[in-house]
Amino acid sequence: MTATAVRGIGVPVKRKEDPRFIRGKGTYVDDIKLPGMLFMDIVRSPYAHARIKRIDVSKALAMPGVIDVITGEELAKANLAWMPTLMGDRQMVLPTDRVVYYAQEVAAVIATDRYTAADAVLAVEVEYEPLPPVLNPFEALKPDAPLVRPDREQKSNHIWHWEAGDKEKTDRVFQEAEVVVAQDLYIPRIHVASIETCGCVANYDPATDKLTIWMTSQAPHAHRTVFSLVTGIPEHKIRIISPDIGGGFGGKVPVYPGYVIATYATLKHKKPIKWIEDRSENLQADSFARDYHIHAELAATRDGKIRGLRVHVVADHGAFDAAANPSRFPAGLFSVCTGSYDMEAAHIQVDGVYTTKPPGGVAYRCSFRVTEAVHTIERMVDILADELGMDPAEIRFKNFIQPHQFPYKSPTGWEYDSGNYPAALQKALDMIGYQELRREQAERRARGELMGIGISTFTEIVGAGPSHTFDILGIKMFDSAEIRVHPTGAVIVRIGVQTQGQGHETTFAQIVAEELGIPVEYITVEHGDTDTAPYGLGTYASRSTPTAGAATAVAARKIREKARLIAAHLLEVSPDDLEWKDYAFRVKGAPDRYKTMQEIAFAAYTNFPLGLEPGLEAECYYDPPNLTFPFGAYVCVVDIDRGTGQVKIREFLAVDDCGTIINPMIVEGQIHGGLTMGMAPALFEEIVYDENGTMLTGTFMDYLLPTAVETPHWKTAKTVTPSPHHPLGAKGVGESPTIGAPPAIVNAVVDALSHLGVRHIDIPITPAKVYRILQEKGVAE
Amino acid sequence: MIPGPFRYRRVRSVDEAVALLSQLGTDAKVLSGGQSLIPMMKFRLAEPSYLIDINPIPGLDFIEERDGMLRLGALVRESTLERSSLVRQRYPILHDTAEVIADPLVRNLATVGGNLAHGDPANDHPATMLALRAQVVARGPNGERVIPIDDFFVDTFVTALQPDELLTEIRIPAPPPRSGGAYLKFERKVGDYAIAAAAVFLALDEARRITQAGIGLTNLAYKPLRAVDAERALLGQQPSEELFRHAAELAAQATDPVSDLRGPADYKRAVARTMTLRALRRALERAQANA
Repeated sequence: MTATAVRGIGVPVKRKEDPRFIRGKGTYVDDIKLPGMLFMDIVRSPYAHARIKRIDVSKALAMPGVIDVITGEELAKANLAWMPTLMGDRQMVLPTDRVVYYAQEVAAVIATDRYTAADAVLAVEVEYEPLPPVLNPFEALKPDAPLVRPDREQKSNHIWHWEAGDKEKTDRVFQEAEVVVAQDLYIPRIHVASIETCGCVANYDPATDKLTIWMTSQAPHAHRTVFSLVTGIPEHKIRIISPDIGGGFGGKVPVYPGYVIATYATLKHKKPIKWIEDRSENLQADSFARDYHIHAELAATRDGKIRGLRVHVVADHGAFDAAANPSRFPAGLFSVCTGSYDMEAAHIQVDGVYTTKPPGGVAYRCSFRVTEAVHTIERMVDILADELGMDPAEIRFKNFIQPHQFPYKSPTGWEYDSGNYPAALQKALDMIGYQELRREQAERRARGELMGIGISTFTEIVGAGPSHTFDILGIKMFDSAEIRVHPTGAVIVRIGVQTQGQGHETTFAQIVAEELGIPVEYITVEHGDTDTAPYGLGTYASRSTPTAGAATAVAARKIREKARLIAAHLLEVSPDDLEWKDYAFRVKGAPDRYKTMQEIAFAAYTNFPLGLEPGLEAECYYDPPNLTFPFGAYVCVVDIDRGTGQVKIREFLAVDDCGTIINPMIVEGQIHGGLTMGMAPALFEEIVYDENGTMLTGTFMDYLLPTAVETPHWKTAKTVTPSPHHPLGAKGVGESPTIGAPPAIVNAVVDALSHLGVRHIDIPITPAKVYRILQEKGVAE
Repeated sequence: MIPGPFRYRRVRSVDEAVALLSQLGTDAKVLSGGQSLIPMMKFRLAEPSYLIDINPIPGLDFIEERDGMLRLGALVRESTLERSSLVRQRYPILHDTAEVIADPLVRNLATVGGNLAHGDPANDHPATMLALRAQVVARGPNGERVIPIDDFFVDTFVTALQPDELLTEIRIPAPPPRSGGAYLKFERKVGDYAIAAAAVFLALDEARRITQAGIGLTNLAYKPLRAVDAERALLGQQPSEELFRHAAELAAQATDPVSDLRGPADYKRAVARTMTLRALRRALERAQANA
């Protein structure tokens, strides 16, 4: 077997999943149609905070085609008015007495068709007594602030306080420091806005006593366990099928009230119930990301050596702490915010706060708050460079963790596995022609033109995670793979993670192809059905390749070890006399005597050695020894229009290092998509509420997703520094560009204006915001 | 995103449409491209009892120059306008406009007539038509009437069309020699309504004096706006950067924008000035190329 035939690791294999998507033959939740299916639609709150005085469902119930209207009062009788969140908080499914955010679920209509359900929603009469909204987390922390969650024992809007690093040491470093810079940064609330909204078809079959739920889930197994715990139905009587998913990005990890109500309704009516959110419901009420109010300080020597980082964050989590972080990390992995820089000390504090907004804090393509972490450090390094009059590239080279320092223990306790930061930045600067750009900038400035160059040299942290630290509701964050080699050498692989566009059906097949020497087209990857797939924690936080990818490689190697015994039997030599070379077991010293995996597979069912179990299967539950730490060096060049304030990205170069690359084409696609999703909040996206807490950005006319027109041509390049602990040396890549791009863009814009005394601009950098600065500085056209 | 109940009628002639409109009055809405109406119905911001679909009416999609006028049938799609070589060569300002309306999918269905009849100050064609001194032809139960564009826009979403009238045609005076126009729009992203946009039409005499000046502004007041003072300042003058800056300033002063997610009012006014200035420069370039 040749590498050309196998098409294993490193080959740009075309995505196996694409033919069905390109032809419109994918199966999404809304494609599921069952006989007798009923439709659910949801009555939502027009207030951010109100007492519910009365709900009158009589007019809606009287409409032809309306089967039922479910309220919180009814759910309370079934003990389902509240549900647990993944963060150990609890969340209303339907309210019994009050609403705590705009567009919150208030009641659910079940009807024979979708149109009737939508009409009936308007016929449900709800009488509200408005209460003062709580929209600013700093106001929320004041003693006289209205209480968002009177159901809790603790009578304040403060949720939790969390710290990392060494306070005493950090304070000492700051006291001694020659230079200290400080900055407030706000990273606004944004939404994942996946093209497919959330929804489910819940079907309880009384004949089999089994509950099947097709749902848009990034973590079907974890959701099955949660459903079992919430409803009391034994886990083997619940089947969750996550079919093709039109984008997840973290927004399909939480369990939303709609799923629970639909499940309740199918158990009650014994008919399939379909619930699909419309776009505005998705934008208004599903979990949000970011919303971090950050105060950061850097301590340094006068010649630019960073000594310490001190950060305090006030985190707006909305009305329920329903993020999906690992249980011991209420602020996610934010403490990786010392970034790519070697420093003596760091101290990080985060306070979670309730407000009358929908639940916040999901990881939007950012592996648990790493976007916030990277934004903080990459902005602060530029601010320090500005303070010291240093070049932003120079200050980075001066402070990078050096290649020989790996594995590197960070001041907040992480062990970085591998990296070569200077090489990545040098490559980026050489490719983009950094010195030439600086010369051009000086010339343009002399002519009154505004041009900026921004650098971001980020460190990611992905692959949660090792069982000693990482769990969700107690379930350790391992992941799994199960491989069956059939007699003809065709393979089925089942994995515990769930693809939503990452290309698992291709890359995981390539891993098996490489390890077993079987051509990739003979390998099928299945996932997403809890009745057949091995238990796994799901796909988010760039964890699939670090965890399930490793499990797949290890399972394949188990198969190879068994195959060695069968090959020895076929070749009539001792197993020790065989070596695995060029995708076959060959007799040492006589490489022409060999057996391919296809031959071995056939023998595993037809001619296996006595005493050996027939068949050729293996599984692996992989508990990663550490996380992986991808990194990159990005450079962005912008021009600013003085007549409108518009920022134009002229050039953007991303040098990424995600260790061993399994499929370079898929990695490049991930990087293009991630850069675009990183540019979006830097320049366009923001969830906005008015003073009443009404959401103003509930459509794509107001919540601005960039299109191809706004997206620059991305230039990409790579360095390869394998992970020393991952079986393939692979890290993760899906989120690197999303976390690395925003500070590169902001740094470029600030750089364009730095000679006017501008040091920081909060995202999104809108034309109006830039124009105001131009006016203040007297350079508006 | 599901509209309320409504009834739907397809009509095959203008007479049939007018008869139905007379019968149904304000309960009915005319469906042309539907690119504004249908979204409004899905959000239940509009709940008409009847939709009268005029798309089956034959012969309402003409683009022709006749008797010194460009005539556009009410059902001309924006994408057709965008691709028309007549429009591109003789009326580049219309090409500029069609090209920046929403996105290609919308333009494949949206019509020029609908863009005007909707009466939305955020739409792009009203400003262009104001700058070009267009005329709107409407048919009602008592026959046809020609409405000068200056009388057409009455209020937000309100035009001079009566409930029983159908917009059938738009007429634009053919461009004289040494004339040129341009439409410049600044938007947050493609598909968005303008933060500010300016349509400018200029004609020069042989002595390079401005003999005609039209300036229309998009999304800067409760209805589509003509910058009359700015036009007046240009007339009889020879074009210069100084003159254009003065006119752009007057145009900006004529605006009355509201603060919203696109930016505060004073920002929109500033962008109106920038867009007017740049459209003046481009219109002049075209006029000079057209000598």
